[in-house]
Amino acid sequence: MLRAGFRDPVHESQGVFRAVLDALARPGTIHAIPARLDPPAPLTPELAAIALALTDGDTPVWLDPALAAGHDVAAYLRFHTGAPTTADPARAAFALVREAERCPPLADFAAGTPAYPDTSTTLVLALDRIEAGPGLRLTGPGIRGAAELALAPLPPGWPAALRENHAGFPLGVDILLAAPGRLAGLPRSTAVEG
Amino acid sequence: MSDARTFGTDAHPSPRLRGEGRDDLVVGAASPKGDGEGGAVGGAFSGELPHPRLPPLFADDDVGKTLSPQAGRGDAAYNFAYLDEGTKRMIRRALLKAVAVPGYQVPFASREMPMPYGWGTGGVQVTAAILGRSDVLKVIDQGADDTTNAVSIRRFFAKTAGIATTTRTGEATVIQTRHRIPETPLTEGQTLVYQVPIPEPLRFLEPRETETRQMHALAEYGLMHVKLYEDISRHGHIATTYAYPVEVAGRYVMDPSPTPKFDNPKMDDCPALQLFGAGRERRIYAVPPYTRVRSLDFEDHPFTVQSFDRPCALCGAEGHYLDEVVTDDAGGRMFICSDTDACETRREGAQ
Repeated sequence: MLRAGFRDPVHESQGVFRAVLDALARPGTIHAIPARLDPPAPLTPELAAIALALTDGDTPVWLDPALAAGHDVAAYLRFHTGAPTTADPARAAFALVREAERCPPLADFAAGTPAYPDTSTTLVLALDRIEAGPGLRLTGPGIRGAAELALAPLPPGWPAALRENHAGFPLGVDILLAAPGRLAGLPRSTAVEG
Repeated sequence: MSDARTFGTDAHPSPRLRGEGRDDLVVGAASPKGDGEGGAVGGAFSGELPHPRLPPLFADDDVGKTLSPQAGRGDAAYNFAYLDEGTKRMIRRALLKAVAVPGYQVPFASREMPMPYGWGTGGVQVTAAILGRSDVLKVIDQGADDTTNAVSIRRFFAKTAGIATTTRTGEATVIQTRHRIPETPLTEGQTLVYQVPIPEPLRFLEPRETETRQMHALAEYGLMHVKLYEDISRHGHIATTYAYPVEVAGRYVMDPSPTPKFDNPKMDDCPALQLFGAGRERRIYAVPPYTRVRSLDFEDHPFTVQSFDRPCALCGAEGHYLDEVVTDDAGGRMFICSDTDACETRREGAQ
């Protein structure tokens, strides 16, 4: 049977959006994400909440192989958001990645164009753990001085891939990191060391 | 029209003569215009209505609850904060990209709002997209909480979203502005939403959008420096006093909206998130917190702000941005703080 979406779509999606906005505006800070959903496995409540709050018929969504494998996840997202799924990560407005350790190279996703850098993919990664602490050292807009973020699992090629993504600024992907109940953002404007 | 065959033929004129049954054509009868304009002219409406009027159509209450279970908390039948959810999602996605590329103008599908362009339709759409039930909204027009634009936008959201409003900068979580930045220092929990008329800083130097877009893509901002240099060669100093161009995070040149240049330094390294909405021009842009915002200048002509040679006539404080107020028709005038909340707070403190 199809799992339920937001019980209160207006205010729950507003709450999720504000957490996402804060996470991207203040990289390195960790935000609570109100995710009371019970989506079909392996979709996590956090990935589902972000997808339901931000995607619709205008946003092609790319699902990683783990999410695309079962029929349930695609059906759940299609019913609740109306968003078309795409097999081509370079055409995706949003990409949902359940298995961070198998995340494709960031260069596979849309980076935008010099005239329209906003046409890039927003990557939403499910992680097990996000902590403030030694790991990635972040500087850039939105960060007072510097911030440190410890992530697990760390996707392949990181943090070099993040440095490369930032080097292409104003082009590049923007990344949302979602662990159980916790959300952090890594926009392309953030310089990463570590 | 009961008989379709007679329609429009002279041989069988319409059984209903022109004007027949229309009481409003009768001299002395009031026009059935409703409560608004003209409703009171000619005394109270007493005649019969020109057409039998059907009862107003309301969706069945149960159906309404199912369709929008929690929509709005205000006293009006709008979705929460007026905009529909699809529009909010579109604006929210634009805001996320604007924050990720500070100073870059993201195109968005601006909607018609129940107010004319120039009254803050861009700012209102941004505010509507971010507002939540627990937000406290402050709206200022220049620095004032009590002018038409500020009052009507504050009431608009009080009505359509049922949220709390305030005039105190410190109490607000969302502040919509046209165009000043409050004097009370902003904090991390606050979001400043600017109403922007012309978002493109290069527009008066290059009218073609296709060209200005390329200039931003290539970070080709020489023209702006030429413009500032021409100011110096003509006036001896940079004569731009509002909408003074800034460079955001070392990359994009941005129009800070027609905020007086007095406020430009407040944008730099600001703890609050700054969002900009231009409704008619359909652009959204942003400055994240703690971001370098540099007013363009030259080494030998550094950026300076206006200074005032007198204190505020109401609170007596110096070093604040003042408005000139004409007080009579005999040349009387006074200079008072533009930021009404900061001025009132100072006067309360003095008492």
